Amino acid sequence: MREVDSETMKIVVCVKQVPDSWAEKTLRPSDNTLDRESVDAVMNELDEYAVEEALRLQEAQGGEVVVLSMGPSQATDTIRKALSMGADAGVHVVDDGLHGSDAVATSLALAKAIEAQGADLVIFGSESTDARMSVVPAMVAERLGLPQLTFSSSVAVDGGTVRTNRVTEYGYDVVEAPLPALVSVVEKINEPRYPSFKGIMAAKKKPVQTLGLADLGVAAGEVGLGAAWSVVAEAAARPPKAKGTIVADDGSGGVAIADYLSAQKFI
Amino acid sequence: MAQAPSTGGAISPTDLYAIDSLLADEHRDVRDTVRRFADERIRPHVAGWFEAGDLPARELARELGGLGVLGMHLEGYGCAGTDATSYGLACLELEAADSGIRSLVSVQGSLAMYAIHAYGSDEQRERWLPGMARGEHIGCFGLTEPDAGSDPGSMRTTAVRAGGDWVLRGTKTWITNGTVADVAVVWAKVEGRVHGFLVPTDSPGFTARPIPHKLSLRASVTAELALDDVRLPGDALLPGGAGLSAPLGCLAEARYGIVFGAVGAARECLEAALAYAAAREQFGRPIAGFQLTQRKLAEMAVAVGNGHLLALHLGRLKDAGRLTPQQVSVGKFHNVAAALQVAREARALLGGNGISLEYPVIRHMTNLESVFTYEGTHDIHTLVIGEALTGIPAYR
Ligand SMILES: Cc1cc2nc3c(=O)[nH]c(=O)nc-3n(C[C@H](O)[C@H](O)[C@H](O)COP(=O)(O)OP(=O)(O)OC[C@H]3O[C@@H](n4cnc5c(N)ncnc54)[C@H](O)[C@@H]3O)c2cc1C
Repeated sequence: MREVDSETMKIVVCVKQVPDSWAEKTLRPSDNTLDRESVDAVMNELDEYAVEEALRLQEAQGGEVVVLSMGPSQATDTIRKALSMGADAGVHVVDDGLHGSDAVATSLALAKAIEAQGADLVIFGSESTDARMSVVPAMVAERLGLPQLTFSSSVAVDGGTVRTNRVTEYGYDVVEAPLPALVSVVEKINEPRYPSFKGIMAAKKKPVQTLGLADLGVAAGEVGLGAAWSVVAEAAARPPKAKGTIVADDGSGGVAIADYLSAQKFI
Repeated sequence: MAQAPSTGGAISPTDLYAIDSLLADEHRDVRDTVRRFADERIRPHVAGWFEAGDLPARELARELGGLGVLGMHLEGYGCAGTDATSYGLACLELEAADSGIRSLVSVQGSLAMYAIHAYGSDEQRERWLPGMARGEHIGCFGLTEPDAGSDPGSMRTTAVRAGGDWVLRGTKTWITNGTVADVAVVWAKVEGRVHGFLVPTDSPGFTARPIPHKLSLRASVTAELALDDVRLPGDALLPGGAGLSAPLGCLAEARYGIVFGAVGAARECLEAALAYAAAREQFGRPIAGFQLTQRKLAEMAVAVGNGHLLALHLGRLKDAGRLTPQQVSVGKFHNVAAALQVAREARALLGGNGISLEYPVIRHMTNLESVFTYEGTHDIHTLVIGEALTGIPAYR
């Protein structure tokens, strides 16, 4: 077990820029990848919890928070947002060769970048609202040979150990691992802060390192659309919503609603 | 039945003007932060506050202070020190939620804090500004009196020396934040000349009463202040400014925020009207498909867009240190009147729903009646512009 001095603990938080979840998303006709230019982009909402958790750990015991994002050039907006929330520095992995990367390739690039940083703790959100695979944290942990403590609803670091509550169907497990380790956090683990205006002003002056494939030592053939294990062959829009069911309440309305909810397995 | 026309390809009124292309990263970050705050903390509650005529002003002040909104464009003393354009955009997003919330922020930051920052001593700044920036202390600004509104030079409140102390006597009315304030910046005459005083609201002889019966700006505290021989130490006077130009300097600051804020209120009404027109069907089609409706929407969108451009232009001038009070008057004159017009059009476009607090429109429409009047009435700004053009003052 590596001794980690909490005062110098380095936390790397991975954040992704995604299309605004309210926006209508379209695929690029040329290659059926998401058209990221035509929609408003925001920080993946679930990653805000990861940033907040990193900042809370830092506030509790010191250390450094580095925010890492892989994405096109406009992903700097998302990095800047994390910096204005309070992170100390940013790393932006950007390269045309990364366009169309699947989860496997993404985990490779991120793992290389994290390795170069030398993190004691890596924090992810539990999924991205655009791809919704939830596998990247586990893949990165495997690539780095780090213990993975996923779906955490609480995170505590004590000396060289991280302990989390892992959310399960029945409640949660308390799991523990030596640092360095990788954690993914669930929604509502905390309440992410708003960037303060002082934070926004300070973010302009914080360092952001830009890394391409060559800097990471990743070959072009290992990532991008060409290396993807699957491709989107075709896409069709969801059929418009069917008209809802109208129940005339003749005294049995409550029963009809309960029947409906139980048929949908809500109750 | 007529085929419902497609609404595909519709763009937002802000995109119609490519407003984002005029903003720096920092401006967009500030705007997005305040917009989100407004969505999460203000919009869900504000109709209720308006209806009740009451709002959790202290709690809101602390939250706004946490963001850094209060006195955000001032330097030092715990203030964020942003540029003026950022401050304007924050006002825009707050007023899009409600003019009352923007009023709270304007009075705190641009009237009370600005007065202390610009005209206060170092001790006064140290004592009040950091707590006000955090929203722990609230300030109000007492200039208007029952018999002195557009003509503040005719004020009757006086301050007289009593040994080393000051004794203040008079009445101030229409004072925003009055009953929730910890400190009142009170303007009073000393031997005929206007001076500012910092009056802690727990001073004996100071009372604040809420003004009832308002049908506008109901999500905002408005009060009458009575100063009944309030005795203050000698250092209560703001040493850095004397004469009417001192309070007028503060008002120019707050008005600058209103130039942006009014655009926010108008944008909210326009967005409500657009959404309503697309969803509401009459005569077998969405009312958005009728030419009369489209004309209204086009006029509203252009009014909002032009107001936005004007506000950003004034913001740039202010950031370059070249904004004149006359230009601020132009901004208030144009943008508030335009916003009121947009709100009234939107009100009508929503039909019966236009008079319901279920929609933001009637709230904005009545709020804007106050905005039209305070910080210099529309008439007074007309006269300022008239004087600027002709060189002839026509106030009296
Ligand atoms: C909700 C609200 C909040 C306010 N908050 C504050 C505050 O925090 N602090 C503060 O000090 N004040 C505040 N005010 C007061 C506000 O600034 C005054 O109401 C405003 O200056 C107008 O003064 P008045 O109401 O006395 O109107 P008057 O000055 O009596 O004006 C009445 C009418 O006469 C017109 N008029 C006046 N003079 C002329 C002229 N020379 N030529 C042509 N027309 C003229 C005006 O345009 C107006 O239409 C607030 C007001 C409101 C409604």
